[in-house]
Amino acid sequence: MIRIFANANYDFLGYRRIAYFATGFFVVPAMLILLVFRGLNYSIEFTGGTLVQVAATRVVSASDLRAALARGGLAGAEIQAFGSPRDFVIRARLSARGTVDQQEAQRTSARVTETLTQEFGADAFTVERVEAVGPKVGGELRQKALGAILLSFLATLVYLAFRFELRFGVAAVLATAHDILATLAFVTYMNLEVSLVVVGGILTVVGYSLNDTIVIFDRVRENLHKYKRDDFAGILGRSVNETLPRTVMTGGTVIVALLALLALAGEVIRPFAWVMVFGVFTGTFSSIFIAAPILLAIERRWPGKDARGVKARVAPAGAAGGV
Amino acid sequence: MDTIKSRLVAIGILIVLCVWALWPRIVTVRVPGPDGRMRDSTTREVNLKKGLDLQGGIHLALELDESRGAVANRGEAIDRALKVIRTRIDEFGVAEPLVQKLGAGRIVVELAGISDPARGKEIVQRSAYLEFQMTDEDGVFRQALPAIDRALAAAGVSERSLGRAVADSAPSPAAPSSAAEDILGGPVARDTSRAPGRRDNAADTLGGSLLQGPLSPLLFGGSMPGQYLVAEEKVPVVEAMLARPEAARLVPRGIVLRWGSEALSRGARSFRPLYALVERPIMTGEYLTNAQARLDQLTTGAVVDFQLSRRGGRTFERETGRHVNDYMAIVLDQKVQSQPPVIRSQIGSRGQIELGNASLQDAQDLALVLKAGSLPAPLQIVEERTVGPSLGRDSIAQGTQAGIVGLVLVVLIVATYYRLAGLLAVAALPLYALFTLGGFAALGATLTLPGVAGFVLSIGMAVDANVLIFERIREELALGKSVRLAVDAGFKMAMNAIVDSNVTTILTALFLYWVGTGPVRGFAVTLILGILSSMITAIFVTRTFFLMYLERRPGLQTLSI
Repeated sequence: MIRIFANANYDFLGYRRIAYFATGFFVVPAMLILLVFRGLNYSIEFTGGTLVQVAATRVVSASDLRAALARGGLAGAEIQAFGSPRDFVIRARLSARGTVDQQEAQRTSARVTETLTQEFGADAFTVERVEAVGPKVGGELRQKALGAILLSFLATLVYLAFRFELRFGVAAVLATAHDILATLAFVTYMNLEVSLVVVGGILTVVGYSLNDTIVIFDRVRENLHKYKRDDFAGILGRSVNETLPRTVMTGGTVIVALLALLALAGEVIRPFAWVMVFGVFTGTFSSIFIAAPILLAIERRWPGKDARGVKARVAPAGAAGGV
Repeated sequence: MDTIKSRLVAIGILIVLCVWALWPRIVTVRVPGPDGRMRDSTTREVNLKKGLDLQGGIHLALELDESRGAVANRGEAIDRALKVIRTRIDEFGVAEPLVQKLGAGRIVVELAGISDPARGKEIVQRSAYLEFQMTDEDGVFRQALPAIDRALAAAGVSERSLGRAVADSAPSPAAPSSAAEDILGGPVARDTSRAPGRRDNAADTLGGSLLQGPLSPLLFGGSMPGQYLVAEEKVPVVEAMLARPEAARLVPRGIVLRWGSEALSRGARSFRPLYALVERPIMTGEYLTNAQARLDQLTTGAVVDFQLSRRGGRTFERETGRHVNDYMAIVLDQKVQSQPPVIRSQIGSRGQIELGNASLQDAQDLALVLKAGSLPAPLQIVEERTVGPSLGRDSIAQGTQAGIVGLVLVVLIVATYYRLAGLLAVAALPLYALFTLGGFAALGATLTLPGVAGFVLSIGMAVDANVLIFERIREELALGKSVRLAVDAGFKMAMNAIVDSNVTTILTALFLYWVGTGPVRGFAVTLILGILSSMITAIFVTRTFFLMYLERRPGLQTLSI
């Protein structure tokens, strides 16, 4: 029988300061980049704009395409090879200052195809994908995405407060907020394009991270009943260690499935797969190094009643001996 | 044994339900027949709806364009537009069109699996808004041209600056030769002798002074007031110039510029007509009650008869009476349809448009356009997504590949790590896939590319419930419990963690469903269904397998886990 981390007894809580530092070291510079230098690289779904994906029947260079589009009045089109040297994604705009009105995205996509047909002939390209989004739709979507993340927090908080206790919910939500920041930092460093699918990835990370945290908290809840003499920190550490094989095993299988997606599922899914791979990593990290320590901090700051109806930390060991 | 039996019966029922939901069924599709008309045809298809991103197609979000005046009754207007679009799409024949209202003021149209997305878009777009507008009879725009030229020149705009230098010998794209003959309310002898084709000819029409400046040399005089012809290859340049704020500002008040829908060929070259039109329409499609295409018995040309409502007829009579001998453009979606016909005499509520040697199909299209054009306000496309069919096929192939590889890897890991128990769990994985897909079919949900990703991802996640249970059984065995007790305890104790953790994941997936459009919704649905069926398989099916295994070996001392 293969067993990993059986009877593990690592002092995870003892490493929490190092973990805080590491996470701060990762997240803070990215947030500075986002605030000071450049915002997130939103896709046109959010900003409004035009995207045309074409497959060339013969090999064409991106600079040829760029020059051709410039001759068609689409100066400054952003052209990106997409998977193979014959597939290109073109992001173009007609007016200099972004997409102004609702119809412009439409006109731009029509112009791109017209120009390519004129410059290279009708058979040289097939249009694989067109996305033309008006600025209003994009703005609405951004609000909705943010709303979805916040509401999922609220719902989790309520559910956990109901099933566990409020402080468990608070710790889980804070750990998940950390995961979102860390994932955003990852997106920033990788300069991934934030599309709706990537937002979907972030929300899935939220789900996964909560899932992971709750498995640990469930064990904490159980152990609080079981080991009534132990102090809270000891129970937390024990619970994290007991669930460690599951944490690693599940994280491992999910990552393996994600690597298959990353390698094989094609260009459209790749950013999503990247976000998820990182998200599974940070979700696991945060359950152990963020959620558990925060729960401990809350318990120390506001010693409250826990699930068994007595104070978690029973001061002298002998006093509770008869229970 | 009884519990095992009833468990197996329950599993059997679930399997039958899922297979039944997925069973290929006969669907009716409308396909164009040999004569160009749509006819019904039936095929058998697995009952799984594929999203646009997988089978190719077009997704459009439309809104009322109120930039030219607010619409009084917006709700009613949207409903009418909805009906109009539905009728049209039905007529043109698309397998499973989706036309629905989104919120208060938006219409979503999804045409999946159409072979030619551009045509689908055209159909929806053309159904938008019909206007009859007089051409710029007084040459107001022509008088403004010198000023526009000066402004453009002052802003440093030139043909060259727009990055376009096409040699005169550049091949011009083939143009449809159907310069349609339009006759409205009586026969019109169209004067085509003044067809422009050479530059000096155009100079005659427009006056020599117009040859200076960046814009004017590109415009040739047309065969009627307000019509200008632009060489096909110069269209983008002219469009770009006219879009410049310097030029847009100087277009006279009350005049709008509209492109013709078809190119005209003059000799070897192909021209696109540009029209200066009086902005206020003399009539809109709102008052059109009927339109019908037919072939004229005498000329064998295609003709569209149309009829206006009584109120519309009165207005039309008054307006056409004022504009006898003027040219009236039929403008659909801001594109001038065919050549604007001359109004020979006052027209009441009945009229006809002759299409010359265009095909009956063209005439039917125009009749449909007229009929469906009765919208109180034009529709504008606020969002468009088009996916070509080959991209969708690639996506399915890649997604399937990733799914199979992911599945094999996960199976290997689980079977190696948990041995026999792992194999029992793996044996339940096909059922997991069946339940998920069956749920998909039962809900009538649409499988999308992110959905496929979600499916692959959930294969990894599906194992989680098993992992929780198996780890728990291992712990219980380590405590010295007997195999049977440990298995029971493992399933029981893991329950809380499984339920709590999955409920929160489902909650976030629900919000994902709420925020997302098509593809992302598919992802959320897959995730929810995946979690539910993984819970069913892990908690119920795998447990049944365990029970069956233990039943056969009553004295089992060690468990391969």
